[in-house]
Amino acid sequence: MFRFIVKRLLEAIPTLWALVTLSFFLMRFSPGSPFTSERGIPAAVLANLQAKYHMNEPLMNQYFHYLWDLLHGNLGYSFRFSDYTINQLIAQSFPISAEIGFWSFLVAVSLGVICGVFAALRQNSLLDYGVMTFANIGMVLPNFVIAPLCILFFSIKHHWLPAGGWNGGAWQYLIMPVIAMSTSYIAQIARITRGSMIETMHSHFIRTARAKGLPKARIVIQHALRPAMLPVVSYLGPAFVGIVTGSVVVDQFFGTGGIGQNFVNGALNRDYSLVMGVTILIGTLTILFNAIVDILYVFIDPKIRY
Amino acid sequence: MTKTVEKENILEVDNLRVNFKTPDGLVTAVNDLTFNLAQGETLGIVGESGSGKSQTAFALMGLLAGNGVIEGEARFEGQNILTLNEKAMNHIRSEKIAMIFQDPMTSLNPYMKVGKQLMEVLLLHKGMNKADAFEASVKMLDAVKMPEARKRMNMYPHEFSGGMRQRVMIAMALLCQPKLLIADEPTTALDVTVQAQILTLLNELKADFNTSIIMITHDLGVVAGLCDKVLVMYAGRTMEYGQTEDVFYRPTHPYTKGLLEAIPRLDGDGGALATIAGNPPNLLNLPAGCPFQERCLYAEDRCRKESPVLEEYQPGKLRACHKPVNWEVAS
Repeated sequence: MFRFIVKRLLEAIPTLWALVTLSFFLMRFSPGSPFTSERGIPAAVLANLQAKYHMNEPLMNQYFHYLWDLLHGNLGYSFRFSDYTINQLIAQSFPISAEIGFWSFLVAVSLGVICGVFAALRQNSLLDYGVMTFANIGMVLPNFVIAPLCILFFSIKHHWLPAGGWNGGAWQYLIMPVIAMSTSYIAQIARITRGSMIETMHSHFIRTARAKGLPKARIVIQHALRPAMLPVVSYLGPAFVGIVTGSVVVDQFFGTGGIGQNFVNGALNRDYSLVMGVTILIGTLTILFNAIVDILYVFIDPKIRY
Repeated sequence: MTKTVEKENILEVDNLRVNFKTPDGLVTAVNDLTFNLAQGETLGIVGESGSGKSQTAFALMGLLAGNGVIEGEARFEGQNILTLNEKAMNHIRSEKIAMIFQDPMTSLNPYMKVGKQLMEVLLLHKGMNKADAFEASVKMLDAVKMPEARKRMNMYPHEFSGGMRQRVMIAMALLCQPKLLIADEPTTALDVTVQAQILTLLNELKADFNTSIIMITHDLGVVAGLCDKVLVMYAGRTMEYGQTEDVFYRPTHPYTKGLLEAIPRLDGDGGALATIAGNPPNLLNLPAGCPFQERCLYAEDRCRKESPVLEEYQPGKLRACHKPVNWEVAS
């Protein structure tokens, strides 16, 4: 187990390196530069700016320079918000995304699993059809539709909730972002749970459990839930990253100031170091959570040993 | 019905019928099955795949698929168990009637330790505490000749071989000392030497616990070695029903005869194996008359028109056939 964890961490290094290299060159080769703007910048100023960011050096030098800084945990200065380092920008926005993400994840998993299990146990009943209809709607409705609908309903029509902002994460400011974030995940988790629960309930060992005279609730909780959760858990790894790193759309609509906003700003401004920073963060989290899922398997499925 | 049995019947099945609603129409998997079983007696139900043997067992345990509909009666200790609700049925299952399944590889929960799967039966039905349930489970594993039983309690099913898993299943079924054990092809998935061990085990347990057994199998050798009575099924119906020695050594139904002839013999001439030509009929589209007529070597016009009824042609011997044969197996 310990060896497996070390191995996974070591494997992460070349993966991250490939990610850094690829996104570094992609950014540099994309048209435009951080200093392109409608008002031309005087040549002397531009030269100074380029010197500050080492952009007057050969590309390979810039690349190694970036890697060297990265190894020291330094993601560089923002090209656009020149008073800030990328580390500061991420430190500012990531906790916000993480908090929205944490609550969205909690809501998505609990509601998704509960809906999925009940739909599976009452397969082809009204409840099942209801849950699945909701799930289908939840999956096809993009969050850029859900978010404005939420604002329309909760803020403009009923004045129950503030239409945007963060305010240190007070609960009134959390509700709508969490709804917009979690809806599609609730739907997806409910669908996966339902499918795998139905399959599990038809398996031979559940028939054995029934032949033993166990009450249904006990069969579901003790015998069926664990195997039924396996496909859900493998979905949760990547989903968790997606939720925690925040949605571009949610940040835009509610002005929460999460990491998604950095992504959009970075891309629009060709803010090389900002885009790189966010990419590396998401890449690292993806690798981390996939590893966590693999480790979780050990606790769920006794056949898996590392 | 059977005069030879003076003991009280523990199970009386009357006109059991199992229908399945399918998109293609109503399928009758079990058709008017009638039999009974005394305490300590063993009944073999024999037939090809799809003859309704397993569905009979599932119907008795209340484990039919959702689209299954049951008719008829099955009185266990005088009480019709086919109409019991789920809660009442849960007091019968495992406590009074236990079942062993065909495929030991998939019948145990792979995510739960074997010990826990055994103990939960006792915790539930006997209200034991964990320590007692643990000891009782170890004892039962010993009884089914599981080596190092105590150590095995903490293992998962995938750490067991097929034969060992079936022993666990048998131990699990016997934990509450049920009056009736339904064994649905318990040896089909196992190799021959393990089969023999499991059958010997069942024979010993039968003697030790005086359990009645319904042995569902397509292996006539199993029936000969274990059963007091045999019921031969075909297309959901009883073809022949009687004491094992009668059915085996003096079969009168052409189907039974065909099955017996199909057993490979060590002293045979090594030629092609005898078979019953053709396939079991499609239950959605049974032939007119006797369900076996299309494959029967003795069928005549009447067999193609009129379905034969099950009749007691001699005391304790029943068959459904218009053209019975006389055939003596050289024993």
